[in-house]
Amino acid sequence: METILAVLVGLLFAISVYLLLSGSLIRLILGVFVLGNATHLLIFVSGRLTRESPPLIESGLKVAEAGIANPLPQALILTAIVISFSLFAFLLVLSYRAYQSLDTIDTDDMRVAEPHAETLPMRGRDV
Amino acid sequence: MSDTTAWLVVWPVAVPLIGAALAIALWTRPQAQSAIGMIAIALQFVSGLALLAHVWANGPVAMAMGGWPAPFGIAFAADTLGAGLTVVASAVAMGILVYGLGDTDVEHRRAGVIPLLLALMMGVAGAFLTADVFNLYVWFEVTLISSFGLMVLGGRREQLDGAVKYAFLNLLATTLLLIAIALLYGMTGTLSMADLSGKVAALPADAPIETVALLFLVALGMKAALFPLHFWLPAAYHTPLPTVSAIFAALLTKIGVYSLMRVFMIVFPDTADIAREAMIWTAVATMIVGALGALAETDIRRVISFTVVSGVGVMIGGLAIGTELALLGTTFYVIHSIVVSAALFMAAGMVARAGGGTRIADLAGLYKGAPFLAVAFLISGLSLAGVPPLAGFWPKVYLVQAGLAAGEYAIVAGVLVSGFLTLMLMGRVFAIVFWRAAPEDAPQTGSDGGMVLKGALGAMAALTFLIGIYSAPVAELSGRAAAELLAPDAYIEAVLAGPPQTAATTPGTPEVQP
Repeated sequence: METILAVLVGLLFAISVYLLLSGSLIRLILGVFVLGNATHLLIFVSGRLTRESPPLIESGLKVAEAGIANPLPQALILTAIVISFSLFAFLLVLSYRAYQSLDTIDTDDMRVAEPHAETLPMRGRDV
Repeated sequence: MSDTTAWLVVWPVAVPLIGAALAIALWTRPQAQSAIGMIAIALQFVSGLALLAHVWANGPVAMAMGGWPAPFGIAFAADTLGAGLTVVASAVAMGILVYGLGDTDVEHRRAGVIPLLLALMMGVAGAFLTADVFNLYVWFEVTLISSFGLMVLGGRREQLDGAVKYAFLNLLATTLLLIAIALLYGMTGTLSMADLSGKVAALPADAPIETVALLFLVALGMKAALFPLHFWLPAAYHTPLPTVSAIFAALLTKIGVYSLMRVFMIVFPDTADIAREAMIWTAVATMIVGALGALAETDIRRVISFTVVSGVGVMIGGLAIGTELALLGTTFYVIHSIVVSAALFMAAGMVARAGGGTRIADLAGLYKGAPFLAVAFLISGLSLAGVPPLAGFWPKVYLVQAGLAAGEYAIVAGVLVSGFLTLMLMGRVFAIVFWRAAPEDAPQTGSDGGMVLKGALGAMAALTFLIGIYSAPVAELSGRAAAELLAPDAYIEAVLAGPPQTAATTPGTPEVQP
């Protein structure tokens, strides 16, 4: 089971890297989304998989007996999902506003903040 | 008694959170928001000072959230480095906020600059004070989301352009950090930095520690703007409001540098040789590329953005050497850089007001109309270059000494060459923008912005001057921080022991013992 999930995580990372290397904002957004989900799955696998034994501590015990599912990765993933979802929403809005304002979704054409230098910087002896 | 001292660790984070909530509640009243912002940052500064005084007297102090004993719960912990940087960050943030109140009009403040700024300060203090790697990731995200909001405030075209690059690359960096944390957790089963310290050292030799350490270096290096992962910074830092640029340059790269120090000194103190080797060369490359990038720029705010990158190289250079003297230099440089980056971006904002733009070739003769601004800019620029007796001189002395003692000549050369290039660069900017005579037909320049802006900038310039001529307290603080980083036993002990169990006062707390 771990092997299958590990391969799946690798596949998702590969997809997200491919998408993130693209110059189109839409693909970048999808890439970030896939990357986030690959990471969540990675946290899940790195917490070890235990089937059909809920993380409950029996009354009277202070520490759980061995063999229960690990609840911590689920807490971590829940936190990460909430964060990545909100940031994803922000990225969507930002990209749409950038498209409206800059009239392109190709990152190579986004040069308003970094215009191609038409002149060399002024030298001290030009003063 | 111990309970109240443990609470000291929480206040620098809690105060801005409360302030941000209050400011959001008073959304329609910008004046009240401004007052809340000032009070909250001032209180954060005071609580940071109280924390630093306590740490100075009694050593590292920790607080387990919710009374869950370490290493199971999330702990906050402060040593000299974390507490000291919290104090410096909130002091500089206070200056930047004053500048912001003088610089931004009410419309911008109506758009939520105060709540976002307070949330950012909460994230910065959280990153400085947390003792848990996953919690560190969360604080990074807190600073990230509030910085996104600040970045696009105003919504001009170039801001959106800069924000797209800033947002995507920083989100990628924090996701990489999360991957590194997940892999580390998979190997060790713990997230507490203090617990990781022992568990990483005890891992079998075939454990892929190098891979995870390199991943931490890539992720945190990207946050810190380390070459070749620095491209987002000069693409974005010159676009937002001057206030926002100032606080970004002062604090955001520094939490990346701080986290690198924390992770590499506590989690991977004796392992990760490949990552250290990589750190040396990326540090040298960052110093030189940053300085050369600044030399090639034609916009004053972009020049300053590149000098921020160059400074990151100097800090990471000290960390890569890793001796006590080098860590002292790095800590001192972080403090100096927080002050001087804020000062330079404030000055650039006032240059834009006084000269009507930020293109260096279009600016001339500002000394005549704005002598105060010229002197403050010159002091900050010389301090950045490392000219004695200003604050930037001392950390470079320590770093060069440490580099020579450790035989890391590449870093010594990098510090000296980048310092020389920075001096050249600042001299050129000063000569062109302030010194040369304005042409006869030049348009009438505007005012440089009045007493509030001058006061804030003057305070920063005075601070860098004072730290320079009276460097003993900062050097002593940095020395203590360096010693604690090299021998983190007290920090680890404080976290793992935690405060005396609060189970007695809160009956509902499970009595799980580590």
